[in-house]
Amino acid sequence: MFEFITQPWPWYVAGPLIGLTVPTLLIIGNKTFGISSSMRHVCAACIPGDIPFFKYDWKKEIWNLFFVLGVFFGGMIAMQLLANPNPVVVNPTLAKELATYGITDFQGLVPSQLFNWDSLLSLRGFIMIVFGGFLVGFGTRYAGGCTSGHAIMGLSALQWPSLIATCCFMLGGFLMANFILPLIMQL
Amino acid sequence: MQTNELLDTSPEFEARALDAMCVNESQLEHKWYHNIKYLLVGLGFGIIFVKAEIISWFRIQEMFRLQSFHMYGIIGSAVVVGMISVWLIKRFNIKTIYGEKIIIHPKEFNKGQIYGGLIFGLGWAITGACPGPLYAQIGSGATVIIITLLSAIAGTWVYGKFRSKLPH
Repeated sequence: MFEFITQPWPWYVAGPLIGLTVPTLLIIGNKTFGISSSMRHVCAACIPGDIPFFKYDWKKEIWNLFFVLGVFFGGMIAMQLLANPNPVVVNPTLAKELATYGITDFQGLVPSQLFNWDSLLSLRGFIMIVFGGFLVGFGTRYAGGCTSGHAIMGLSALQWPSLIATCCFMLGGFLMANFILPLIMQL
Repeated sequence: MQTNELLDTSPEFEARALDAMCVNESQLEHKWYHNIKYLLVGLGFGIIFVKAEIISWFRIQEMFRLQSFHMYGIIGSAVVVGMISVWLIKRFNIKTIYGEKIIIHPKEFNKGQIYGGLIFGLGWAITGACPGPLYAQIGSGATVIIITLLSAIAGTWVYGKFRSKLPH
């Protein structure tokens, strides 16, 4: 039974559970599901400067900061107590492609050969960690939401701007993963 | 103090409404510990993220190379469940646990969804994580992702600073 929990969960279990976050947050406090806004609240709380975009009562959104703190702890609990002892199963074609960039360690959820403290000092690592993160933060705010806010919450509420946003997320991802990232990973 | 948040057209409301974030919060005043329930929901969320390998960089690469159905199945079924539950809430006028009406604000279209969406997508493929998974990845022990998160916060800040100069 326990093994059932420690092995990777299939999409038809995880997906519906995630979908239930939408009504749960609505029912427990009329909150619309979204995660990227947490970064806006952090800016508003810590470094608002003179910037109007960060001048709002961020304390009203503190539920969101509690939420992402929970996500952090959830990640910790799942890794400490429910971890999958086996290496991540990676698609063979992808594995072959990654091997050409020197990535062969599939033990963790995040490839340790790409994302580690030492790699920050390399051009490849710096691009993937810092530049990649920057694009995520900048892009989600510009779009007004991430996969949680647009793809899941927005589509659940039948908002067509969210459909547009989601399509652009995927398009950007496809472009990067298939055409640009191979170049970055060769650095 | 406004009695009906929905009719609030102050600049502060506009600033929040332009974003995909909650603008229809409870009118009731709650003590801080009422926020613990959101932490608990987040906890469950983080566990699902790790156990379903949603936070796995490899799964995201597979998704963008059409090498696996996993992420599509997750997002697709999540949306279906979300749609059904929103429909049920509206159909049966389900209220919050505090008895307030549930209202979902419509999202306004602006070109930021296109440009920002593309930019986020580029970053998503590089990091293999959207904002939620970043928190879970750090929790799961990939501590260098703290730098990714700080860079993302920096990106958010830079957007905020220059947004009036960006096309919307």
